[in-house]
Amino acid sequence: MDKQNRFFDEMFDSAGQARQPYSRYNDWFQTEDIRHLRRKSEEAEAFFRRIGITFNVYGQQEADERLIPFDVVPRIISAREWARLEDGIAQRVRAINAFLHDIYHRQEILRAGRVPVDLIARNEAFLPQMIGVNPPGGVYTHIVGTDLVRTGENEFYVLEDNARTPSGVSYMLENRETMLQMFPELFTRLKVRPVSSYPQNLRRSLSDCAPPAFNGDKPEVAVLTPGIHNSAYFEHAFLADQMGAELVESHDLRIEGGRVCMRTTRGYKAIDVLYRRIDDDYLDPLNFNPNSLLGVPGIMDVYRAGGITLANAPGTGIADDKALYSYMPDIVEFYTGEKSILQNVPTWRCSEADSLKYVLDHLSELVVKEVHGSGGYGMLVGPAASKRELARFEKKLRARPGNYIAQPTLALSTVPIMTKRGLAPRHVDLRPFVLVSPNKVQITPGGLTRVALKEGSLVVNSSQGGGTKDTWVLGD
Amino acid sequence: MLGKTAGGLFWMFRYLERAENIARLVEAGWRIALTRAGDAENEWESVVTTAGMRAAYCAKFDDFDAPHVINYLLRDPDNASSVMSAMNAARSNARLVRTALSSEVWEAVNECWMAVKAALGRPVTERTLADVLSTIRTRSAVVRGALHGTMLRNEIYNFCRMGTFLERSDNTARILDVKYYVLLPSASFVGSSMDNAQWENILRSVSAERSFSWLHGGETTPQGIAQFLILDRRVPRSMAFCYSKTREQLAHLEGEYGTRQPSQDMADRMCQRFNQPITAIFDEGLHEFLDASIRDTAALASQIEQDFRFYG
Repeated sequence: MDKQNRFFDEMFDSAGQARQPYSRYNDWFQTEDIRHLRRKSEEAEAFFRRIGITFNVYGQQEADERLIPFDVVPRIISAREWARLEDGIAQRVRAINAFLHDIYHRQEILRAGRVPVDLIARNEAFLPQMIGVNPPGGVYTHIVGTDLVRTGENEFYVLEDNARTPSGVSYMLENRETMLQMFPELFTRLKVRPVSSYPQNLRRSLSDCAPPAFNGDKPEVAVLTPGIHNSAYFEHAFLADQMGAELVESHDLRIEGGRVCMRTTRGYKAIDVLYRRIDDDYLDPLNFNPNSLLGVPGIMDVYRAGGITLANAPGTGIADDKALYSYMPDIVEFYTGEKSILQNVPTWRCSEADSLKYVLDHLSELVVKEVHGSGGYGMLVGPAASKRELARFEKKLRARPGNYIAQPTLALSTVPIMTKRGLAPRHVDLRPFVLVSPNKVQITPGGLTRVALKEGSLVVNSSQGGGTKDTWVLGD
Repeated sequence: MLGKTAGGLFWMFRYLERAENIARLVEAGWRIALTRAGDAENEWESVVTTAGMRAAYCAKFDDFDAPHVINYLLRDPDNASSVMSAMNAARSNARLVRTALSSEVWEAVNECWMAVKAALGRPVTERTLADVLSTIRTRSAVVRGALHGTMLRNEIYNFCRMGTFLERSDNTARILDVKYYVLLPSASFVGSSMDNAQWENILRSVSAERSFSWLHGGETTPQGIAQFLILDRRVPRSMAFCYSKTREQLAHLEGEYGTRQPSQDMADRMCQRFNQPITAIFDEGLHEFLDASIRDTAALASQIEQDFRFYG
């Protein structure tokens, strides 16, 4: 088979014709001068630098603030495709919330034997401190970023559920802003559904989960950031700004009268809902990691007593744990009574002897991931790895098999990017953003499309040389 | 508003003002070096002293050569008050308080930082100095313009302005204190061209040579300069102007918060001191007056910090 055809390209079919969602965009594109578009790409970069949409990369002193490269060709999704994704994501997110409630209360799913007890009991992401706790409004995952990949016309897989503190939504919003400025004429030709109401929706959905202790007219919402050196600091500041909420760090907070309060120029003021962008482990040195300087001592006790809402709730990591991932189809079925609309990637759990043997025998074909890793760190892409890397990884696998899962190398779909020589296909994934409030699951029509800029590469993570695209969901 | 945010705004504008002031000192020193080659090294020494960097500078260099002084003041990473360090600190504070800034102010300060960083990316030479200084000046002016043009006149604005004025009054007092001996009446009897150059340089260091001659018709006297930079409320870099502006900001905050703070009483007392004729200040002792002002400014800054809970 020809290399070009091994992967599903979302813009062009095998005959080189634009597919239906892209047909109007392609009509416009054909009339454009490539040099003009390349100039636009450079403008976009200057724009991002000026706005300061940068991220910090750990372990790289030199360039402490980097830009995520932005590609000017949009990723387009038809209304029909989106409707199906929307149903699938909503179903999955409802199941995750039901699962979390169950796992921290009666644990029916364990009693039913659908998920092994060991997987929960011995999992660091399971927080015993959350047992019996009822989060305000019954919501565990206020914000979810479901990672999807596509392999064919109608084949979408969920890669990860990201139920802790998913990031990237600021790129979704700023990418759109950039495209609106650069190509206003396109937005008059195509009916692209807007994404700009996300911050207002976020504020509303957080406010709908005010804690029992709330007693004003408008819940006080704040965003908790680890600080200016965090890789996603820009996003924390951006969201606080767009929501009209305060951006706080742990040293701005103290507990007074059973409430978590922030130090203002006029004294201490109670916070009702805290959108925290720090991990569970760092949240409360009294209840979790005692060495944490990022958290608030005793905040868990206030939370348990109904003095504050934490979004997301502590302990949601058990739902997006990679060891649990392979059970997701069962979990969806168990709580919704329906078959999962979105597919799971077939997964080998290396903790199981048969699976480990298979994985070791097929290492060069598989993608192996650390159960607790994220951001593409500590992961092996078999087909792209050298012999030495494979041998090194084999040792790691044999030493701690329970620490790994393996998946087939998916034939990720491609979308063209603008290169020096014109359009060229590159692999992409998609992270739509989901908001959960007590009576609603809301999915912003769009999301963050990450793209592997290197030809042939399947790793889209920004920390590993990936870029982003604006994602258009059509309104027809 | 968070106490931390108030502190971040205050320091952001202190650092911006500091960067500008240091650039202005270099500009004045450069001017002397161009016009009076013989006195250049003395003049650079006095620039370093005025900038308050003498001890640290002397630990690193044993001369006051122009390239050393210029690069130390503008871009040396070892120097926490170099223009580049001050710009870094200003921008870092701006990131911290980004939610309190209008997008135009944030973009202006971010672009200012990018431009200054590029300009100071390699050693500054005699050929490039003028361009570098002009970049610093114009970019800072854009930040100031964005502040005036786009920010609400509320508590956020008040903290920004207080940072600017406290840093500026401190700077003006230091410039005068380093040169106070040339302003003393006994010195005016000497009347040498050397003294004229020194007076001129004081005015240049605060970019006020033109406004001074506008008001004083070209007659430069030491008392005239002291009166101009200490007491004249029309001069935006005079100490009296800076203090009265700081007091205004505090009064606004009192209005907004409904509480009077100790810092306000302090500022009132300090403003009183500028209601005397310049002759009285000379009688009391110019150096003593300036020295007390510098200490009072630091005390006021730390009282503001406490009253508005900048830190825990």
